[in-house]
Amino acid sequence: MDSLSQLDQVKTTAWSGGRSPWSVEYGKIMMWFFLLSDAFTFSSLLVYYGAQRFTKFTWPDPDLVFQSIPGIKDSGAPLVFVGLMTFILIMSSVTMVLAVEAGHRRSKKEVVGWMIATIIGGFMFLGCQALEWTHLHHEGFWWGHIPAIEELKHFFDPSVASVAANEAAMKVSGQQFANLFFTITGFHGFHVFSGVLINCIILGMTINGTFERRGHYLMIEKVGLYWHFVDLVWVFVFTFFYLV
Amino acid sequence: MSEHNIHTTEEHGHEEHAALDKKKIWQVFGILLVITVIEFIIALVIIPGGHMSQHVGNFVYIALTLLKAFYIVAYFMHLKYEKLGLQLSLTVTFIFILYFITLMLIEGGYLHLHMSAAA
Repeated sequence: MDSLSQLDQVKTTAWSGGRSPWSVEYGKIMMWFFLLSDAFTFSSLLVYYGAQRFTKFTWPDPDLVFQSIPGIKDSGAPLVFVGLMTFILIMSSVTMVLAVEAGHRRSKKEVVGWMIATIIGGFMFLGCQALEWTHLHHEGFWWGHIPAIEELKHFFDPSVASVAANEAAMKVSGQQFANLFFTITGFHGFHVFSGVLINCIILGMTINGTFERRGHYLMIEKVGLYWHFVDLVWVFVFTFFYLV
Repeated sequence: MSEHNIHTTEEHGHEEHAALDKKKIWQVFGILLVITVIEFIIALVIIPGGHMSQHVGNFVYIALTLLKAFYIVAYFMHLKYEKLGLQLSLTVTFIFILYFITLMLIEGGYLHLHMSAAA
């Protein structure tokens, strides 16, 4: 009798069924799984960049390629402009997480304010990236295009560029650099752009009171995950293209 | 079922709320900013000044990048406050990326040696 009643007892541990063992809503898990697969796409792109760079005998020096601040200084300021871009993206990640925090308190007004700030940050980043691309394009870099060898030499370490026998190697690695730069930052920029679009949709839904009627702001959290991921990828792109 | 799920996440949400408040958010922002500034100092002062080789610098950059990634994922993406099962199933997968990087270094080292010799 006693043993039977023990068997009949309903188990209530996390993994005995009947509820989500991770206490995470379905949509949030799916967002995490999507981001995981996206992380693999980005890491394969970056690993390919690393492999090319590591294999080549010479590679353009980032401090010589990226040394302008559009509209202010044409050369001699490495990392300044990209530093500004990094700051903008980290800042917009902070405003996003503040929107999520306001969502937990179901404060509609604050959510709207922080979402608007996040969207502005996203547009500012996209604008900076457009300037960066335009600048490199004017210098002669594009998919399948590199500057003439006399121009190209200025982007390499002077000890390599001064040897005439290195010209062929500089052309190959210069082209690989251009292709990979536009592909990887382009793919990241596409993510930022779609993130801004999704943020705009969510902002509209918040203003309409959709989440207020629903009783929770979980959607802000899910979109927030995506937006932070975009920031996360930029941290890696920044390191591998501009620092290393 | 789905209603039940939302209910449990909301209960969970209240615990999270206590863990990640505005103060903590700005603290994490400060940490991310400081790490980025350190990277700039290394790139603009320490390496050009000859106090550190580019090779060592690259390892420092990657270590700092992973540290930034930890803070973004743990606090901004909230993973630190999720259940252990979710944390493990998301992070253990990155063993494959470490494997990619190892392969890249081995294969890249081989090609670097042999392609330079051929050129």
